[in-house]
Formats: sequence, structure tokens, C-alpha cells
Amino acid sequence: MAGGIKKFVVGAFDDEKVLFPAVKNVRKAGYKIHDVYTPFPVHGLDHAMGLRETSLHTAGFFYAITGTCTALGFMTWIFTKDWPINVGGKPFFALPAWIPITFELTVLFSAVGMVLTFCYLCQLAPFVKKHHFHPRATDDLFIMAIECTDKTNPDEVQSFLKNAGAMEINVQEAETGWWLGRYDREQKLYKDEKGY
Amino acid sequence: MNHQFELPGSYKKWTYGLLAVGLIAVIYGFIMYHPFADPHHAHGDHKNSTRFWAVLLQNSVYFLLVVNAAMFFLCVTTMAMGGWQIAFRRVTEAISSAVPIMGLVTLVILMTIVWGGRTDIYHWLDKEHVAHDHILKGKAGFLNPVFYSVFSVVTVVLWWLLGKKMRSMSLKHDEGETSHERNKKFIWDNTVWASLFTVVFALSVASTLPWLWLMSIDAHWYSTMYSWYTFASTFVAGIALMALYVIYLKNKGQLEFVTEEHLHDLGKFMFAFSVFWTYLWFSQYMLIWYSNQPEETKYFVERIGTAEKAGPYKGIFFFNLIVNFLAPLLILMRRGSKRNWTLITFMAVLIIFGHWIDFYQMVMPGTLKDKAQLMPFEFGVPCLFIGLIMWATGGYLSKHSLTPRNNPFLKESMIHHT
Repeated sequence: MAGGIKKFVVGAFDDEKVLFPAVKNVRKAGYKIHDVYTPFPVHGLDHAMGLRETSLHTAGFFYAITGTCTALGFMTWIFTKDWPINVGGKPFFALPAWIPITFELTVLFSAVGMVLTFCYLCQLAPFVKKHHFHPRATDDLFIMAIECTDKTNPDEVQSFLKNAGAMEINVQEAETGWWLGRYDREQKLYKDEKGY
Repeated sequence: MNHQFELPGSYKKWTYGLLAVGLIAVIYGFIMYHPFADPHHAHGDHKNSTRFWAVLLQNSVYFLLVVNAAMFFLCVTTMAMGGWQIAFRRVTEAISSAVPIMGLVTLVILMTIVWGGRTDIYHWLDKEHVAHDHILKGKAGFLNPVFYSVFSVVTVVLWWLLGKKMRSMSLKHDEGETSHERNKKFIWDNTVWASLFTVVFALSVASTLPWLWLMSIDAHWYSTMYSWYTFASTFVAGIALMALYVIYLKNKGQLEFVTEEHLHDLGKFMFAFSVFWTYLWFSQYMLIWYSNQPEETKYFVERIGTAEKAGPYKGIFFFNLIVNFLAPLLILMRRGSKRNWTLITFMAVLIIFGHWIDFYQMVMPGTLKDKAQLMPFEFGVPCLFIGLIMWATGGYLSKHSLTPRNNPFLKESMIHHT
């Protein structure tokens, strides 16, 4: 699942106090921020970057409803149709006794479903390879990757980032998608592969 | 920065209006329902004297525990080194300042019930009956007027004193200039007194007091969930009351540092503790349903009845569950609804009413059996207590600055972001 090959201007910041105005100015100047990689969750960065509200929790709600229905439906079928058992003289449709199981399945479905959806949205999976813009990206530096279009002048962006306070700036070519591979091998772009 | 709030005329009008309605209801009951009639004759259609005391018991205990929950909220957030609640900390202090007057009224009612020998409310007061009752004899060690009174009075006085200390520390810190040393001392003192209050609270509302005040109505029956269940009920209603006051003051242009973020967190509390209440409600219900022992199921048979014959409180029992669980769960689940001032106002009113109904179905079946009513008298008496809360809270709000300006966590609250 390789994405397109794109050119990025990458700036590294060492302080979130510098990063925030930089993000605002870069957006104001009309450049497209591909992503910002931070060592820890930065409050308000999503708003500064203009990201839309995630709909992960809506997905979670539907997974949960699925879990509730699965649990109630399955138990109803088993205990009233398929294999009715008299337990302590309780009715076959013993709703109170099923509530804990229904609750557990609701939580299980929504939790597992949301984790998988999250991994899909973030393009995370075992053996999946993604481009790293900076080795210190999740360690102690804030990395901002700006995507270059046909009209973007990378030199201009570089000097813009320098003015915005980036301590380290370079231009990289990278694939935006995700693909199978291993990090310990030297990275090869998809277009350099045989038969591209 | 002017953080002094002047009570608008409409607030005062509502306060005195509600107090007047409540007083009229109580006086009407006092004259018409013969509250001091002999409880032994209070049966059949002559249940009115029982009704008078049952309604007073329900409302006084409910609203006392609701206002006291505000102080509990303040103390636990203090102990957790919380900063976000500082922007409206004065509101929680103001609500908790209603504890002394509410406590006094509640104690007067409880003492009249206990020392007036209202065996129709607490049948363990009947000495002759207890002598022949194996179970009540076993419980006589703590189900007796002396223990009941001493324990109630000591608890309410402790709530009052510790709450007062918390409030006065907060007000004192407002005066003069602040310094690092002074802030450190303030945080330390605050934490110590907050933990003391929390211990008293845990040993009273969260474990023993509801056994005496409410569970002993059904003296033969017991449930270890009961106190937690009562606590959850009043705590979520207390949060709802705080949210109402925060929204009201915000509407009046006060509390400039309170934003949608604070409202969001209050909404989360309302959501979470509604679910917590349901958890306890269900835990109590399911274990009794499952083990199916007559002395335990009796409590629910009195309310919802059996499969053959529906009980008199069946409707209220399930209405309770819908209002206090389903509605908050479904309506408050979305992020957007927790940040909607109108919707939170509606939900707060609904939750306060819902848990009032919850207390209604805790008190009435054991005292009035199937003779309980929901008539103007039942809705008039709570007006008195709501009026008292509004009177005490309004007094505190108009006397003190609404922003604890020297509080070391104030900035954290101003930049709060969920």
C-alpha cells in the first residue's frame, strides 16, 4: 500500500513554545503541514494544526452497540431456544443475570474495535514500514513536516522555517503511505524497486 | 477585575417565593395531617400523619446530603491536587455553606421523629415490638434513639465545623499579597483539612449514616450497598446543582474564567456518577434477585411487586432507572452535549429531580406502604429546602469574591483544556 512519493521540508524544534507560533505562521503562510511529530501529547496542538475532531468515538459507540446486541441476542437464543436450562428456578429469559456479560461484551467490542480502528487510522501494524522524518522525532524533538506541492519553492520554505525558530531543517523525499518492510534494512523508496 | 456578585432581584424573588411555598406546604401539613397523632392509629386512611413525617424525612435528608456533596467534591479535588475546579471553587463553597442550616433543620426533623416515637417511620422505635423481634433485638445496639441521635448530631456538627474550616481558609487566602511560602502553607493546610473531612465523610455518608437515616425504615432488611448507593445518588445530584449554579452565574456575566472546558468536566462528572449510581443500583438489585431469599427480596417486592401482582411503586421504580441512567447515558455521552450550556442545564435539573424520586421510593414504601402520594404537598415541601439552599448559597455568593484570586492553582484553572 504505497502512497505517492512526495517532497517534504522538515524542521526540528526543541521547544513547544517555539513550535506553536511556528505552526500558526506556517499555516497562515499557506503551506500544507503534513504532520507534526511530538515526544508527548501536546495540548491544543490539534486545534493549532486545524485538525478536525476525531470520529473514533463514534466508531466506538457503534462497536459497543454491536457488542450489546451480540451478547443479548446470543444469550437469548441459547437460553430460550437452543438449550434452555432451569437454573435455580429462574426464568429462562433471566435478564438481570445477563447484564454483567452484556456489559463486558460491550466494553470488549468497543475497546478492541477502537484499538484496531486507531491502528488503521494511524497506519500502525507489525512489519509495516513508514518513513521516519527524524530519528529524534518521538524522543526529544518536535518535528514538523511540510508537504511540497508543484508550486512550493523548498528553499523559500526552508528559510521560512529558519525564521520560525527551527533548529535543524532539511528536505526529504518520502512515501506518504505505509508498506510492508523492516526498519533494520536500509530504506529504499518504492520507486527505486525493480519493476516500478 | 470585579468578582463581587450582587444578587439580582429575580434570584431573591425566587428564593423567598420558594421559601413561602414550602412554608405554606409544611404549615398546611402541620394543620391538616395531625403530625403528632398517635402513630399506632396511623393506618388505613389515617396515614396522613405518617405522610407528613415521611415527606419531611425524604426531603431534608436528600437536600442535606446534596449540599454536603459539594464540600466533598471540593475536598477530594483538593486532595487530588486538582486545579481545574478553582475557577468555580467559590460556587462549591457557597453550596456547602448551606450545610449548617440544612443540618439543623434535618436534625430537628430526625429528632422529632425519633424522640416523638414515630414507630410508623422507624418501627424499631417500638420497644415492645423489638422485645419480641429476634432480628431487631440483635440490631438494638445501634438502632436505638440514643445512638441514633448522638451519631447524627456528631456527624452533622463535624460536617459543619470541617466545612467551615475549609471555607474560611479559602477566604483568608484571598486577603493581602501572596507569596511562595504562603501558597505552600495554604496547600498543605488545605490538604490536611480536606483529608479530615473526607475521612468523616467516608465514615458517615459513604458507609454508616444512610443505614440509620434511611435503611432503618426497613429495619429487618439490609444491604451493604445501600450507603454507597445513597452517596452516589446525592453526589451526582450535588454535581448537577454545582453545574446549575455555574451556568447561572456565567449567564449573569460572572465567573469570567469558567469556559466550556469546565462545563465539559462537570458534564463528565454527571455522566460518570450517573453510571456509577446505576452500577450500585444494579449490584444491589441483582444479588438480591439472584439469591432470592425472602428476607432480602422483601425490599423489592414492596416496590415492584411480584410476577403475579405488580407493586404500587413499579412505575416509579423503573422511571427512576430511565431518568437516572438511560437519559444521562444516552444524552450526555456525546462530547458536544457536555459542552452545551442549555443541555447541561436541562440534564442537571433532570438529575436533581430523578434522585429526588429515587429518595422518594427509598422512604415511602417502608412507611406508607401503598398509601404514598405525589400531590402538591409532596412537591411543596421540597420548595422549602430548595429555598433554604438558595438563601444560604446566595448569601455566600454575594458576600465574597467569586474568584479565589490568590489560589496557587488559579492559573491552571484559567488555561484548563480537556
